Amino acid sequence: MNSSVSTEIVMLLAGLLFVLGITGVVIRKNIIFMLLSVEIMLNASGLAFIAAGARWGQPDGQVMFIFILAMAAAEVSIGLALILQIYHQHKSLDIDKLREMNG
Amino acid sequence: MNNLLWLIPALPLAGFLILVAAGKHLSNKLVALTGVGSISLAAVVTIIVGFNFLSSPPEGGAYAQTLWTWMDVAGFSPKIALSLDSLSLVFIFVITFIGSLIHIYSAGFMAADKDYSRFFACMNLFVFSMLVLVLADNLLLMYLGWEGVGLCSYLLIGFWYENPANGYAARKAFVITRIGDTAMALGLFTIYYQFGTLVMSEITATAPSVWQSNSSIATVTALLLLAGGMGKSAQLPLQTWLPDAMAGPSPVSALIHAATMVTAGVYLIARMHVLFELSATAQMIVAVVGAVTLLVAGFSALTQYDIKRVLAYSTISQIGYMFLALGVGAWTAAIFHFMAHAFFKALLFLAAGAIIEALGHEHSMFKMGGLKDKMPVVFWTFLIGAASLSALPLVSAGFYSKDQILWYAWASDKGSPLLWLTAFLGAFTTAAYTTRMMILTFLGDSKTGIGHHPGKLMTIPLIVLAFFSVVAGFIELPHNFGHFTLFSDLLHGVLPSTVLRADESSEWKFQLLAFVATFGGIYLVFIYYYREPYKIERLRESPSFQWLYRFWHGGWGFDRLFDLVFVTPFVFLAKINKRDVVDRFYEGIASVTNHLYRLLSATQTGSLRWYIMGMVIGAIIILGLQIML
Repeated sequence: MNSSVSTEIVMLLAGLLFVLGITGVVIRKNIIFMLLSVEIMLNASGLAFIAAGARWGQPDGQVMFIFILAMAAAEVSIGLALILQIYHQHKSLDIDKLREMNG
Repeated sequence: MNNLLWLIPALPLAGFLILVAAGKHLSNKLVALTGVGSISLAAVVTIIVGFNFLSSPPEGGAYAQTLWTWMDVAGFSPKIALSLDSLSLVFIFVITFIGSLIHIYSAGFMAADKDYSRFFACMNLFVFSMLVLVLADNLLLMYLGWEGVGLCSYLLIGFWYENPANGYAARKAFVITRIGDTAMALGLFTIYYQFGTLVMSEITATAPSVWQSNSSIATVTALLLLAGGMGKSAQLPLQTWLPDAMAGPSPVSALIHAATMVTAGVYLIARMHVLFELSATAQMIVAVVGAVTLLVAGFSALTQYDIKRVLAYSTISQIGYMFLALGVGAWTAAIFHFMAHAFFKALLFLAAGAIIEALGHEHSMFKMGGLKDKMPVVFWTFLIGAASLSALPLVSAGFYSKDQILWYAWASDKGSPLLWLTAFLGAFTTAAYTTRMMILTFLGDSKTGIGHHPGKLMTIPLIVLAFFSVVAGFIELPHNFGHFTLFSDLLHGVLPSTVLRADESSEWKFQLLAFVATFGGIYLVFIYYYREPYKIERLRESPSFQWLYRFWHGGWGFDRLFDLVFVTPFVFLAKINKRDVVDRFYEGIASVTNHLYRLLSATQTGSLRWYIMGMVIGAIIILGLQIML
């Protein structure tokens, strides 16, 4: 399969997405948005796997992507359940107001 | 029948185990039956075994019984093995026979005590340990018994622990004897290092070929063993614990601090006599220690007012005689005096206990007096014991044994006129303090009313012991009258006979001098304390005499000296080092850890952002290192 887009560009895009995700996690106050950002990071790594798999012509990259997909689904369901509980207990989704577990 | 030997220590041990396990639930009668019964049975077995031993002596003069191997580590495999020869036979006879009499007495003496079963448990354990000590065939097992009797001594001195002074006395006895025990342990290490075995018969057989006569290693080893004996047998300078040990009940003083445990040092030296014979220096030191001790303790006994302290100092003094005998090579004489002393001193302690009990725990002799008619049985038995202690000629066991020591102190090849003179002076003081004790306790006016008279359980042992205090002497008579040597013949299989330098024909002169010493001491005290008491009053008023009196009364200031030399510097060091120097290092480690903890716990802010930043930075650093390296 001859790719029309070079692998480097795809990897750069994946890196960009990953950094965007991290930035989102760090600077966002709302937990839901943080969860979204984590999803972006997961997908960025998934993209990197796909690109690498395409580059070397091996199925491992796609296997890893399916694995990440399943994991992300599980993670989102647990994450959303936790967020729901947090909201029930604290009536807030602001991460800065939820800093109870300090040293 | 010899194979019953293991029963002798096993019976007291069984008694101890029963009393420890179930003593609290048994009635006093059952406790006494267990405690007394176990020792009495042991005495019966001893007599059977002893009779068998004497009628058909085993080959080589010793019967050995190996029970099991104690441990087996890299070729070092001490056995739990018993060995019976004539020396240990004499000791086990004295231990079980006098022990059972004292136990019978205790059944009456301690009847009102709330810790009846604890008392008998400790006494049984003591008899067991003492039997292990004298029956052990190797030095390690003997050391086990040696420490066992020390432990029981501690437990029984502090038996009435509600009074802190008793606990203090018990601690003192334990710590001071431990000094000797440490030296003895070093001696055992040396012996094992040199011989590769701790079995006593092997050591005594090979020592003369392994060590040269008068070599320094022989001297050092012998002196280390002597130091062990000095601690246990309360010889100078480790004698200070014994007078204080009188805090225990009287039967304890009779059994442990008169008849048996304190003579363990004598047994040790007699058992290891080969090592001492290899070193003339060590043997001379044994004699000198004994001679000095017998005089020092004799003069101290002269000034005590507590009847049990008189007897305690007298015990130290009499063991001094035994050490003197060992030192001049009169091995059998020492053991003979040990046996005679065990009879009459146990008797004296038990009689003193009966008096103290009857007078409502009154220890001071100056508050006794006039007991001659009130307590006739105690008076007559005490008189026999006192006669034996002061070596009253011809009719007492003490005379025959002490006369032998006096004679050998002069006539043995290791003896000297000076040693004889000390022993002679000692005989004089012995007679003097014994008479003083008799007069103050039994004659004169009555000063304290009698509470209750001792029962049959207490008087019968006194009568039996009084009987033996007389007849025990007749088994060994001087050769110028009777020449009957049953006892020394028995022991010559184990102990060598004494080499004489003087002619035997002059012995009667020394016997005559011993007569003079005894009667002189008795007469002098009789005049001063009974006939013309104003003389002693006048003497009391002179300041120099008062100083001497206090000096002797305090045991020649040894307690104060030890206080000054050991206790005070130690307490001072402990005080200036209250915040332990060594502890500083560990405190430092703890405080560094504490600081680090505070530093790190400050990063635990609870802010998720910080944690993520931390993870990201960490990942970047790891990746950066990966790329760069």
